[in-house]
Amino acid sequence: MSALTFTLKRQPAQRVDMSPLVCQKLAGLELSQIGAIELQNGKSKVRVADLFNISGSNSQNIVIADSFNKLDFIGKELDGGNITVQGDAGAYLGMQMKSGQIKVTGSTGIYAACELKNGFLEIDGNAGDFLGGALPGNKQGMKGGTILVKGNVGARAGDHMRRGQILIEGNVGDYCGSRMLAGTIAVMGQTGRFPGYAMSRGTLLLWNQPQLSATFNDCGSHTLSFLPLLFASFKSLSSRFADSSVAFNRVQRYGGDMTEGGRGEVLVKLA
Amino acid sequence: MIINGVSIDKTFAEAFPMKGTRAIITAQNEKWALISAQAMTGFATSVIACGCEAGIERILTPEETPDGRPGVSIMIFAMGAKGLAKQLETRAGQCVLTSPTSALFAGIEGGKQLPLGKNLRYFGDGFQIAKKIAGKRYWRVPVMDGEFLTEATTGMVDAVGGGNFLVLAESQPQALAACEAAIVEMQKIPNVIMPFPGGVVRSGSKVGSKYPALGASTNDAFCPTLKGITKTDLSPEIESVMEIVIDGLSKEDIDKAMRVGIQAVCDLGAANGIKRISAGNYGGKLGPFHFHLQEIMA
Repeated sequence: MSALTFTLKRQPAQRVDMSPLVCQKLAGLELSQIGAIELQNGKSKVRVADLFNISGSNSQNIVIADSFNKLDFIGKELDGGNITVQGDAGAYLGMQMKSGQIKVTGSTGIYAACELKNGFLEIDGNAGDFLGGALPGNKQGMKGGTILVKGNVGARAGDHMRRGQILIEGNVGDYCGSRMLAGTIAVMGQTGRFPGYAMSRGTLLLWNQPQLSATFNDCGSHTLSFLPLLFASFKSLSSRFADSSVAFNRVQRYGGDMTEGGRGEVLVKLA
Repeated sequence: MIINGVSIDKTFAEAFPMKGTRAIITAQNEKWALISAQAMTGFATSVIACGCEAGIERILTPEETPDGRPGVSIMIFAMGAKGLAKQLETRAGQCVLTSPTSALFAGIEGGKQLPLGKNLRYFGDGFQIAKKIAGKRYWRVPVMDGEFLTEATTGMVDAVGGGNFLVLAESQPQALAACEAAIVEMQKIPNVIMPFPGGVVRSGSKVGSKYPALGASTNDAFCPTLKGITKTDLSPEIESVMEIVIDGLSKEDIDKAMRVGIQAVCDLGAANGIKRISAGNYGGKLGPFHFHLQEIMA
């Protein structure tokens, strides 16, 4: 069966809520029924068939072609199946996703993978602020799963993160891992200001020395035996993280944020 | 049946159901992985008095271990899940957590999960760190030599305990040499351990005793010094009997171990003083698993 493909006909001026177009909600529907689904578009509604050319039949494998940065909530609460976004995605990509995979060939807006529960999300381009974070007012960000970003990421990545992994090949903005509760954020590029701000637990794994705040204390250089296991788990990824030459197990360990008890850690690669 | 001059008795070994688990211990080098493994499997010869039966299954190369360091695979068997869990946790806490540079990993995927480091983490006094990697949960416990890395749980499976055979020889050195040869071959078989010291037991037992408090006592029918005064099972030329006991994850695993072990004994043959192979047979009362020697060697 060929992938169920939604090819954008035109770029609407207002933002579009794509949350109805997830695998579990489209299973068993005819193309005509799918085309009749109404999507929120700014203040009005638009039928799927008016916005997209629809082809294919496999609702477990969805492709959104010619996507652009105003298509919000793609893969919201996805519970199994694959979604491929050809182009950019808007805000809230993969929000509260339960399982399955989402791949974006372009970049995404803010709050990508926010409150992710499980599954795998891959972004070839850049990601906006609050990647894997918590929605405003909520106390827990992503609770599981893996996010891979091959480009750069905005501020507050992993805000309130509870569990799971965020892997960033590029640079990351300010307050990376802010208010983190647990989990791992790995950054190959540069980090912005105040990494780990108010983190209570969790791990920031960095390839480059960050500019840490005074509330992180140096715990010395160490060889940590969990790192080979962690890097081995990246082997199946289509990413620089899978390259054994980037792996290391010798780190400088900083404990913090001491204002939150100092149970979190920033591990920085040692040459 | 006679193999190389060694008579194989028409009898069977009796074994009973147990619960089994496996763990992998790694360390900076093989020496320290072995030290930790030997400590963890120490005082675990018989479930009757030790609470479990345990042994080293084999040495693992760095390529075979989860963290790429030299390692040792150990197995523990007990009569029930509760007892097995207690033994596993106590031994891991006292013998692996304490051992320099060690790390501890699950050796059986799936099945009912027993705590491995799940509760040992509290030794970290709040400084312990959980990491879920590739679907498995690990604990990093800060200790004085760095960090103790342990997987949270390991799997438990239904297993078989008490497979055995007896080596009857013309002298004590010959019996021991034959058993040593058997153990070398049996240690190459996966999924089994021989829990007694060096894999060999010289004090095989029978069920019951003249003393009411004891459930088992010396197997006088196979004691060479009692040949003249008890209902002996030994011919005049037998001067020494030794037993090899096998626990395994399945009956088939024990079958294989017994076959290679008996074969190794028979390869020494009558020329080296080995006269008979027999087995601990309790009239079918001890357990439901029967290992018929002649069928195994057929």
